[in-house]
Amino acid sequence: MTETSELQLPEDRPLEIAGRVYQSRLLVGTGKYRDMMETGHAIESSGAEIVTVAVRRTNLGQNPDEPNLLDVISPSSYTILPNTAGCYTAKDAVRTCKLARELLDGHDLVKLEVLGEEKTLYPNMTETLVAAEELIKDGFKVMVYCSDDPLLAKRLEEMGCVAIMPLGAPIGSGLGIQNRYNIRLIVENANVPVLVDAGVGTASDATIAMELGCDGVLMNTAIAQAKDPIRMANAMRLAIESGREAYLAGRMPKKLYASASSPIDGTFF
Amino acid sequence: MQVQVNGDQMELPSGATIATLIEKMALAGKRLAVEVNEDIVPRSRHPEFTLSDGDRVEVVHAIGGG
Repeated sequence: MTETSELQLPEDRPLEIAGRVYQSRLLVGTGKYRDMMETGHAIESSGAEIVTVAVRRTNLGQNPDEPNLLDVISPSSYTILPNTAGCYTAKDAVRTCKLARELLDGHDLVKLEVLGEEKTLYPNMTETLVAAEELIKDGFKVMVYCSDDPLLAKRLEEMGCVAIMPLGAPIGSGLGIQNRYNIRLIVENANVPVLVDAGVGTASDATIAMELGCDGVLMNTAIAQAKDPIRMANAMRLAIESGREAYLAGRMPKKLYASASSPIDGTFF
Repeated sequence: MQVQVNGDQMELPSGATIATLIEKMALAGKRLAVEVNEDIVPRSRHPEFTLSDGDRVEVVHAIGGG
């Protein structure tokens, strides 16, 4: 027992985004929690180092008695990733990023998402491409929410996006990874980190994303809307680690028929 | 003068600066960003930036989102 516990597995190279290294491959959102305290505890439990936030008018979206989100999720402890959620045009997304950069003292890492329609919150890829180009020209480091189209994903990488973030399923749907083959194709062709953004419903979904070779997963609703978000955040942390380990280990090939695990030789019956 | 702040009309004394506005909104010292007529006004310029009648001002902060 002692001998095996001393076994050292070769260390994984950590996730690197825009020149910065992260130990955690789980990125989390801050929406839909009961209150600021639950938000803080869930994020701590998730072990996430990159935390996404929305940018909104000051008179909206916050109880005046509650502490400011950035007091709970401090930019000195976390990498804050402002998002352009709610933007339906490239123009609005670019404006939002510029406000976010001012808000965060010149911090230029952003999560670009330009939505196409309310029902599916599917990304509008033509507007996303326009916004990405403008933001990159302006010096932003763009992590881009996109459809799971391998060609568009490559195009976004070639434009200079620092991470490609295809959806696994519609935002907040919890349906899990709907097209594993596309995610796999995107991962295999990419030279920048690929993270599944949106669609994860439970821990096994996150593990599947990691087993496909994704560099990380970004999620919000799966944790925030769980019965016990703090516990689910922990489950997600473990799921991401398990999936990553399984990917590095390399799974056995799938076979149609059985293959006995115990030897046939030496049977006495 | 009338200034539009976060979509609502607000009466401000002429010569009011962004710093004046932020104080009036009870947001002094908070982490926020300001845009006037769709252009960012850096925090360092809030005390000197004088608003004009009809300006459209956005005052934003970070809130929970995914």
